[in-house]
Amino acid sequence: MFDLEYFLELFLGGLTRGSIYALIALGYTMVYGIIELINFAHGEIYMIGAFTALIIASVLTMLGWNVVAILVIASTAAVVYSSAYGYTVEKMAYKPLRQAPRLSALISAIGMSLFLQNYVLLAQTPDFMPFPSLIPDLEFWEPYAHIISSQEVVIIITTAVVMILLTFLIKFTRIGKAMRATAQDRNMAMLVGIDVDRVISVTFLIGSATAALGGVLIASHIGQINFYVGFIAGIKAFVAAVLGGIGSIPGAVLGSLVLGWTESFFTGYVSSDYEDVFAFLFLVFILIFRPAGILGRSESEKV
Amino acid sequence: MKNLLGKLFVASVIGMFLIATMAGIGLAADTIKLGVAGPHSGDLASYGIPTVKAAELVVKEINAKGGVLGKQVELLVEDDVCKPEVATNTATKLISEKVDVVLGHICSGATKAALGIYKDSNIIAMSPSATNPALTQSGDYPNFYRTIASDDAQAKLEVDFAINVLKVKKIAVLHDKGDYGKGLAEFAKGFIEKSPKAEVVLYEGITPGAVDYSAVVQKIKRSKAEAVIFGGYHPEASKIVSQMRKKRMKTYFISDDGVKDETFIKVAQKYAEGVYATGPKDVSKNPMAIAATEAHKKAYGQDPGAFFLNAYAAALALLNGVEQAGSTDYNAVEKALRTQFVDTPLGKIRFDEKGDAVGVGFSMYQVQNGEYVELQ
Repeated sequence: MFDLEYFLELFLGGLTRGSIYALIALGYTMVYGIIELINFAHGEIYMIGAFTALIIASVLTMLGWNVVAILVIASTAAVVYSSAYGYTVEKMAYKPLRQAPRLSALISAIGMSLFLQNYVLLAQTPDFMPFPSLIPDLEFWEPYAHIISSQEVVIIITTAVVMILLTFLIKFTRIGKAMRATAQDRNMAMLVGIDVDRVISVTFLIGSATAALGGVLIASHIGQINFYVGFIAGIKAFVAAVLGGIGSIPGAVLGSLVLGWTESFFTGYVSSDYEDVFAFLFLVFILIFRPAGILGRSESEKV
Repeated sequence: MKNLLGKLFVASVIGMFLIATMAGIGLAADTIKLGVAGPHSGDLASYGIPTVKAAELVVKEINAKGGVLGKQVELLVEDDVCKPEVATNTATKLISEKVDVVLGHICSGATKAALGIYKDSNIIAMSPSATNPALTQSGDYPNFYRTIASDDAQAKLEVDFAINVLKVKKIAVLHDKGDYGKGLAEFAKGFIEKSPKAEVVLYEGITPGAVDYSAVVQKIKRSKAEAVIFGGYHPEASKIVSQMRKKRMKTYFISDDGVKDETFIKVAQKYAEGVYATGPKDVSKNPMAIAATEAHKKAYGQDPGAFFLNAYAAALALLNGVEQAGSTDYNAVEKALRTQFVDTPLGKIRFDEKGDAVGVGFSMYQVQNGEYVELQ
């Protein structure tokens, strides 16, 4: 017997999970698209975004502000603070290694990731912290809340909007054009007068901003954070980006959704015991048939 | 000259040895010998040493009051380094020293290895810490007792509570795939399957640390479970409970000691309300526990270590058993342990026919108004 409601619930659950991965995967894929660096510290930027929002939101809640104002201010603060971190990480850990072999930059990225994790662990707390529900349960949504909560709807919509804005930015703006040029050939871009360092900085700023936004929304949905959340979420998002074709913006979203649905349906119809095993088997399978990922193109433009 | 010194030395060592042996023989007739076996050196020494200290404190107190059956109590402390192969030697050595009752061993594996040897010599052993369920439940070791709840005690309590108090018929059992959580979940599943009143409608392992558990939560909903029994720790428990409540599910959530933690309430906030969790019985207000801890601080200048109160209770129970029995005769002591209640830092306890302590172990707690309240 085919249970349509159950199928729909799993579909929406997978969609939410995929959107969560996508919000983080977008930053991964953008940075990779421009400088072919797997920015392992990206998950930590996401975690720092969540922590910033938590601190700001706690203070504002104590002052008795309204929830929507807190959401807006906390998200803005998280975006600004995380972007500053992303910018600084790039300047400190990646820029000096730009001419070095790619492996050096990768090691530097892993080091940065561990550094930031331990910094938050020591400066903040090793414990799980409760994260306030910044997205309120909307009144008119109550009849549907047993199927999909308003938080989940907000995450799905935000992911879609961010993806569309990023695609627009890259396709139709001046800086987007410069990004595409840098991605194609860094030396040639420099020769035609593009300030490559600035383009890379902007890429890190945008990538970190999306991660921070993801951090706020996801933490608000899950209700708890600790210093380690960025690592686990980051790994899954990275897998999603590879699955979709790393370097491609729509690919990152598609890969994330495919991963989310795979996990959701496998858990729903088979067993959650082997959820990760199956998700990664699926990844291997796709990469056998499409080595560059679902939407990836092996050699041409990266963004 | 050098030679003479050497001979003198050898002679004095032999002499001292003889004196010691004779002293041993001399005392043998009028002391009760309490053996204490466990790891006192090596990696796991920290599990065994608090038991030695508990025994020392109990014996000092009892001897000061005139001993047991008018005799002084003597401690025979033997190290088994937590290893089964060493524990058999430890047991043999204690028996050759004419031990009357044994407090120990500490680790389940070592305890099991030593028990057969004690059984053949009709010696009672009581562990403060060996939690392996089979030690008592298999019935192989009628000479074994313990003052700690067995590993499956929490699962048993959870299942009994769900079936008899909450009166649910369909139960979903989840775990986090870890040793602790999965172990408990397997016990719980076993107990539910043995009961005619309820059935397991879902048995699943979840991935710890995942960003969301909506698929599993949907599965619980679809299984029509009235209660969820979760084996694992609080980070996953709080995520699952929150997601269940966000989906407007009112399913009971019952979990274990890993969830009976203030962090769970802090993190799950309003969603924690009404959650059940088992946890060790609260003995912090027991006057004997307070006194024992104080005595330890006074004697050793630090807080007691692992299983101290369990060991203190076991030493008291053993010596009380001998006192009540009127002799160190195996059958008499056994009968006393099973029938006579004794006041210990863990409360008033006696032992059931299998050797588990009645009145020791876990209670069910529920989150009420933001804190865990012990249910009666």
